Amino acid sequence: MEVEYSKDAEMEKLLEDLKNSNIKKEDWEFHDNYKPVYSTGNGLNRKVVEEISDIKKEPDWMRRFRLKALEIFESKPVPTWGPDLSGIDWENTNYYNRPDDVNSTKWEDVPDEIKDTFNKLGVPEMEQKYLAGSVAQYDSEGVYHSLKKVWEDKGVVFMDLDSALREHPDLVKDYFCKAVPATDNKFAALNGAVWSGGSFLYVPKGVQIDMPLQTYFRMNGEATGQFEHTIVVADEGSKVHYIEGCTAPRYDRNSLHSAIVEIYAKKNAHARYTSVQNWSKSVYNMPTKRAWVDENAKMEWVGGSLGSKVTMLYPSSYLRGPYATTHNLNVSLAGPGTVKDTGAKALHLAPHTSSRIIAKSISIEDGKAIYRGLLRMNKGAEHSKSHVQCDALLINDNSTSFTYPHDEIYEPTATFGHEATVGRIGTDELTYLRSRGLSEDEASSMIVLGFLDDVMKEIPMEFAVEMNRLIKLEMGKLGAVG
Amino acid sequence: MPELKIKDLRASVEDKEILKGVNLTVRGGEMHALMGPNGAGKSTLGNVLIGHPNYKITGGSIVLDGINLTDKTPEERARAGLFLAFQSPVAVVGVKLSTFLRTAYRQTHPEDKVTLTEFYDRMKVHMKKVGLDESFMSRSVNDGFSGGERKRFEILQMVMLRPKIIVLDEIDSGLDVDALKLVADEIRDYYSDDVGFLIITHYQRILKNIEPQFVHVLKDGKIAVDGDNNLSLRIEEEGYDWIKN
Ligand SMILES: Nc1ncnc2c1ncn2[C@@H]1O[C@H](COP(=O)(O)OP(=O)(O)OP(=O)(O)O)[C@@H](O)[C@H]1O
Ligand SMILES: [Mg+2]
Repeated sequence: MEVEYSKDAEMEKLLEDLKNSNIKKEDWEFHDNYKPVYSTGNGLNRKVVEEISDIKKEPDWMRRFRLKALEIFESKPVPTWGPDLSGIDWENTNYYNRPDDVNSTKWEDVPDEIKDTFNKLGVPEMEQKYLAGSVAQYDSEGVYHSLKKVWEDKGVVFMDLDSALREHPDLVKDYFCKAVPATDNKFAALNGAVWSGGSFLYVPKGVQIDMPLQTYFRMNGEATGQFEHTIVVADEGSKVHYIEGCTAPRYDRNSLHSAIVEIYAKKNAHARYTSVQNWSKSVYNMPTKRAWVDENAKMEWVGGSLGSKVTMLYPSSYLRGPYATTHNLNVSLAGPGTVKDTGAKALHLAPHTSSRIIAKSISIEDGKAIYRGLLRMNKGAEHSKSHVQCDALLINDNSTSFTYPHDEIYEPTATFGHEATVGRIGTDELTYLRSRGLSEDEASSMIVLGFLDDVMKEIPMEFAVEMNRLIKLEMGKLGAVG
Repeated sequence: MPELKIKDLRASVEDKEILKGVNLTVRGGEMHALMGPNGAGKSTLGNVLIGHPNYKITGGSIVLDGINLTDKTPEERARAGLFLAFQSPVAVVGVKLSTFLRTAYRQTHPEDKVTLTEFYDRMKVHMKKVGLDESFMSRSVNDGFSGGERKRFEILQMVMLRPKIIVLDEIDSGLDVDALKLVADEIRDYYSDDVGFLIITHYQRILKNIEPQFVHVLKDGKIAVDGDNNLSLRIEEEGYDWIKN
């Protein structure tokens, strides 16, 4: 009997947990007064790019790559097919901010102010408890990285990309901008020109890491850009879970985050990438994320998108070998005044490949949540399958959501399906629950948990808590009398 | 014995006055019927009683057992023992019926430490009585329910949450003949000296089944006539034209 209701009991427990959790916005919207040790100043040109390359003492190929990427960036127009990007102040953005010369493998060596910031965000504590390794990036540079010895002994490499470029130049060169070339889009080109930091994770053949590895990105300066470049290589038969968290304080002037994430899941490998972004409402978040998935490999994208002013993000999987699979889960919250233009791309390039995409969005007030997807089944991707599910929840009496799926099917034996649901929680729905005795808090928690029910296991608990908190604030307004 | 006192209640929606001074008292052991033409303000009264934020109370008071509920939130009113079965219950996507009822029960009866299993067993008994299949327990509240299923669920909530003063807004509309009988049976079973009913309806059908002692007619935002069940018979035959404001 009790087994039958275990799910309800679990729900009751979750509701309690949510009630007792009180993560506050101040917890991450603070900013410290740490002054960068070096900065290229505002604006972008050849000199700035050369300066970045000089500071980093990079190999010549990288310097040439940067300059080429800059040309591509300059030649591409700002995309106009999506959200309004006119608020990006290209001239007055600071493209490179170096916090300190220290990049340490010991927390003690990190400058105090920066250490305090990461302490407040709970980063070192997480590392001790749950992680196999971690990297911390502050503005443009990694300031700390560590990897448990067992994994190091097995040949795992985990550090910021700049360090990796120095210590494992050939390995980096093999993968750098292969999945995401600078020509891909304007923001990828920008990243190519001014990239700094990000993580490099290499898991050798057959090594299965059971604990996740994490990078925490913190943007501190006002009107700065963060352009990290992350590469995850899961070699044949390996298994890895990589997590990213990001926050920034809120400023009046807009900041730009334009990252590249490249994931290589080789034959029989299993790679999982989880990212939770809670950028403040002054950040334009424009990353390009892509995975190459080889024969019988499995790629999982899990994304939680809470913050930012505008986010455009469509993690893509190129299913390159037979029986490659990708799962893509994205949960986004479009708060008042913000736009989440998110989705997924699955490109089936080999037979028997499969993709499953779940996109869940919550829009509140005039927050706009858009699903934009691409599904391509190439000729020859025989018996490939795809399923796309988009669930939208509108919290308000008059908010909206949009779905733009795009299918290109060139293979007759391929099968695919789309499902979409839209639910609305307005004053009437909230009042209905409250009229039975539920508090506003409980009502909103139940709605959020209910909406996330089928994916709850996949997403980090802190994410659910923070999402719930933001939604509660909003529902408070809906329930206000007269 | 509970007592709900509605005194000179005035309320407006979007600055339009709908209730223009309603006076009504409902006590435990009493069965009241509220009739009246479309748009008279019957549902408005129900919504105002439970504190729907879209309705603004501009005068008068709502008092339950000596406690003034006029400025209370919907949840406070529910916990005080007030219940409205909505005329058109809304769907709440994602909120599972069983968890919802359980949470509501814990809020309205914090003293009762009933376990999850006991509570659900109780729920299943009543689901059977109102004719809702057990599979509804795991569905979202009212989501995809037929009109009749929504009404049955309202009654299920009533018997599970055990309120003291109950407003049923057109509980009989949308129900088939058999369902109407089931619902009337549940109402009669639940009826006692400890609960008072205000049944909003347009039809004789349900009133034959539950025989209210008091019948009121709401017209243009006010109670225009009071009477006994004979009044409902006359309305069935003659309509509302003979009633003056
Ligand atoms: N949310 C609202 N917004 C605007 N007008 C409303 C709203 N709710 C009620 N009204 C108006 O108030 C008046 C009374 O409506 P109410 O629903 O109370 O009538 P009723 O007596 O229940 O009618 P019926 O028998 O048709 O159910 C109507 O003119 C209705 O249009
Ligand atoms: Mg009505």
